[in-house]
Amino acid sequence: MPTIVVEVMPKAELLDPAGKAVAGALHRLGHESIRDVRIGKRFELHVDGEVDAALLETAQQLAADMLSNGVIEDVISVHVDSVAGETR
Amino acid sequence: MRIGVVTFPGSLDDRDAQRAIRLAGAEPVALWHGTHDLMGVDAIVLPGGFSYGDYLRCGAIAARSPIMAEVIDAANSGMPVLGICNGFQILVEAHLLPGGLIRNDHGDFIRRDQRLRVESTDSAWTNGFELGQEITIPLKNGEGGFIADEATLDRLEGEGLVAFRYLDVNPNGSLRDIAGLRNERGNVVGLMPHPEHAVEPGFGPNTPQAMRSGVDGLTFFTSVLKQSVLN
Repeated sequence: MPTIVVEVMPKAELLDPAGKAVAGALHRLGHESIRDVRIGKRFELHVDGEVDAALLETAQQLAADMLSNGVIEDVISVHVDSVAGETR
Repeated sequence: MRIGVVTFPGSLDDRDAQRAIRLAGAEPVALWHGTHDLMGVDAIVLPGGFSYGDYLRCGAIAARSPIMAEVIDAANSGMPVLGICNGFQILVEAHLLPGGLIRNDHGDFIRRDQRLRVESTDSAWTNGFELGQEITIPLKNGEGGFIADEATLDRLEGEGLVAFRYLDVNPNGSLRDIAGLRNERGNVVGLMPHPEHAVEPGFGPNTPQAMRSGVDGLTFFTSVLKQSVLN
């Protein structure tokens, strides 16, 4: 089943407390070379039929309007990933 | 006056908001997220809680529930709407108030009796306060850090849209100590602390006079009553 992947990240200039907590744990485990961690989201939209330009545009609209909040997050990518779909 | 309280899946403080409305002298009306029916109410409270388990983003899914179409229309027509905690997050996600709310900067859930300064009395829910009045009401949240870009923050300050500011400590990393906002028209107010938990002697925050005697939250609900009389 074709899959549209939407990736969203917290804005770079904003504090990401969840990422900071993970980075702190990694440092405690001795991974000092990993300076920073930021945690984002990956949405997989499984769709019926082919992904045409109109559906992709709808997905881009949804990514901007609902799947992300432009005040605190950036949409990094909206793309078709047939491999992600085939594994399910 | 009839004031509706919307219950979403995961709302926690809807009954407390109804109780606060009753103690203020108005009639609470239970509203359900899955309908398009405001049942003829004169004002609306979006209560605290964890609607949809905070999935996606706090308030994001609730902001797109059926009844919110009517709530947004009513707010844009001037009906008083108060968003408390998760309700504030819902108002922000519904674009009725600007900015966003993110996880507390220290990463912990916080619960404390919080001192606030009233920064605007030009709203349906704050007109009973004195400008600059200091009040104490409970605060309890994990994702209460208010953020917006510099231009938006400057506009909020310049137009007097900051309704409440944190005093003593900034409990969650909110920019410019912002605890609550009002809209330009003054009918929509949102804040992270909980006025509905400070409305009845014996059940509110401690005060210098007596334990649990704080009722500073009651003024939110009597303010909206006063406004309805003026109108």
